[in-house]
Amino acid sequence: MRPVYMISGGITKFAKAHPEKDFRLMVKEAYDAALQDVPDLSKDMIDGGVGSYFSDHFTRQLKAASMAQDYLGLCPKPSKRVEGGGATGGLCFQSAWEAIASGRMHCCVAFGFETMSRVNTWKGNEFIALASDTNFDFPVGGFYSGYYAMMVNRHMHEFGTTVEQMAMVSVKNHLNALYNPYAQKAKRLTVKQVRESPMVANPLTMEDICTMSDGAAVCILADETIAEQVCDRPVHITGIGSGSDAMRMADRPHGKVPLLPHEQESDYARLKYPGVHSFRAGRMAAKLAYEMAGIRNPLEELSFVELHDAYTSSEIQTYEDLGLCKYGEGGGFIEKGIPFMPGIEYGLPLPDQGRFPVNPSGGLLACGHPVGATGLMQAVFAFWQLQGTIEKHLGSSALQLRDPRRGLIHSHAGTGTYITVSILERT
Amino acid sequence: MKHSETTGKPVEKRQETNLPEGAPLIIQDHYEIDYRHSYAQDSPFFVGLSQGRLLGSRCTGCRYMYATPRAHCMECGAPTTWEALPPTGRVHTFTVCYYGGESFLKETPFLLVLVEFAQVNTLFLSRLKGIPLEEVQIGLPIRPQFSDTPTFKVTDVWFEPIDHS
Ligand SMILES: [Zn+2]
Repeated sequence: MRPVYMISGGITKFAKAHPEKDFRLMVKEAYDAALQDVPDLSKDMIDGGVGSYFSDHFTRQLKAASMAQDYLGLCPKPSKRVEGGGATGGLCFQSAWEAIASGRMHCCVAFGFETMSRVNTWKGNEFIALASDTNFDFPVGGFYSGYYAMMVNRHMHEFGTTVEQMAMVSVKNHLNALYNPYAQKAKRLTVKQVRESPMVANPLTMEDICTMSDGAAVCILADETIAEQVCDRPVHITGIGSGSDAMRMADRPHGKVPLLPHEQESDYARLKYPGVHSFRAGRMAAKLAYEMAGIRNPLEELSFVELHDAYTSSEIQTYEDLGLCKYGEGGGFIEKGIPFMPGIEYGLPLPDQGRFPVNPSGGLLACGHPVGATGLMQAVFAFWQLQGTIEKHLGSSALQLRDPRRGLIHSHAGTGTYITVSILERT
Repeated sequence: MKHSETTGKPVEKRQETNLPEGAPLIIQDHYEIDYRHSYAQDSPFFVGLSQGRLLGSRCTGCRYMYATPRAHCMECGAPTTWEALPPTGRVHTFTVCYYGGESFLKETPFLLVLVEFAQVNTLFLSRLKGIPLEEVQIGLPIRPQFSDTPTFKVTDVWFEPIDHS
């Protein structure tokens, strides 16, 4: 496999609705923003594109990625659509990586979008719930927030995770987003406010759950030759992993934890895994990505993570899947302040504040979740972070980490049915 | 599929007079379809519900027992046979949904449960009824109830607490 680099990225501001732009124009804006940062990249150096959007129901336009491809002026170069629920963007990123790593392309554009504003919020929830088994799960009360609520109730039962710990994730991500002009829902919240916002599915409140969005994101990936030619500070993609699990949560079998190098079987002697409290696909994705990147202890060897926090609970569950802490310790991980940003005042006692920032951008909770764009948005934020260009792109250095060397992005579908993990490193 | 704001027919209105310069034109675009849906190899499960029986799947190879049926085993690939689930189970986890997908909004608040059965390897998603919302807890003993007027959907079965019924 050849080394693969990310050489540029662009995003539109995510918003509840963008009626003045269709998906083609949103993608074009993100693409033009990405091109602006690599002026020496000419169109004839681009070999093709990969498009991602989640739902044909939201888009009401089959083959929509073809329309984005032609709008970008990339015809007749190779193109395809990648779809994998909430992990659509992460899978698209990895598909572009595969095109370069295999030698098939020298430069590939990964573009993703979603237009979720075309139906009301509850119809939108119904569309999303159609990504659960339509014979056995959807008719019972098809509602993803309900599924995630059941998962976290079991997590709380197994491990003693608390609703206040979940609320701290909400406080962190919404407040980080105050420094991210691309975010849809930036604000200063207290734990009390999160808990007092309307209950959606016990114990998840409105402020525990990300919102639907319109938006687009673009990543440009290239081989070493092009990266050196057009980009001052390319970022090396050193690890790729993904995993899967049974569509129905009810089918998740109980077995042993797939261990990371820094874990031992005795750590989980009594744990029935994954049950419905953990995401085996996320653990699998992390394990494979760490193996490729040569990471033995993620907390020591990574500088930050941008992960798929569609729910505050799933951020806590994901700390554990990624091995940032042991299974069952996710609640304590946030409570100690470890995943908060350094140098920002959150109004909370945080003894280990900023030791290992998670979702510096504000994540899905605050940036929004235009599904097909989300995984690519995470790549763009991680790319800027590693390039040291946060101030240039966000207009403030508040979210720029000092000397980040290696970052992880994590994209997540369904109730954990497809999950991707990619490792990005500064060159 | 029902939209209160639509008539069921495509509606397109000319907005020549009211639309501000440069503003996007937004129309209502109705969409509705009936599918001919086969439960195929899972059909006996739904027929079973109409007869008051809750069927799981037992692997003929490794004996793995599934609470939610499937015709082939995820563990070893062998075919499964139909086998009645135990008459009672317990709440493995639960939630109260105060919102939901559009077609479920009128039913809120409702209780979702994943049901565990002794000696069964997987779980079953269902509704829990007949109990005050705040009294549900993990481990609560429950049993299935079946609709007298089956619609051949998975909602033909739901669960109730054992002492309440
Ligand atoms: Zn078997």
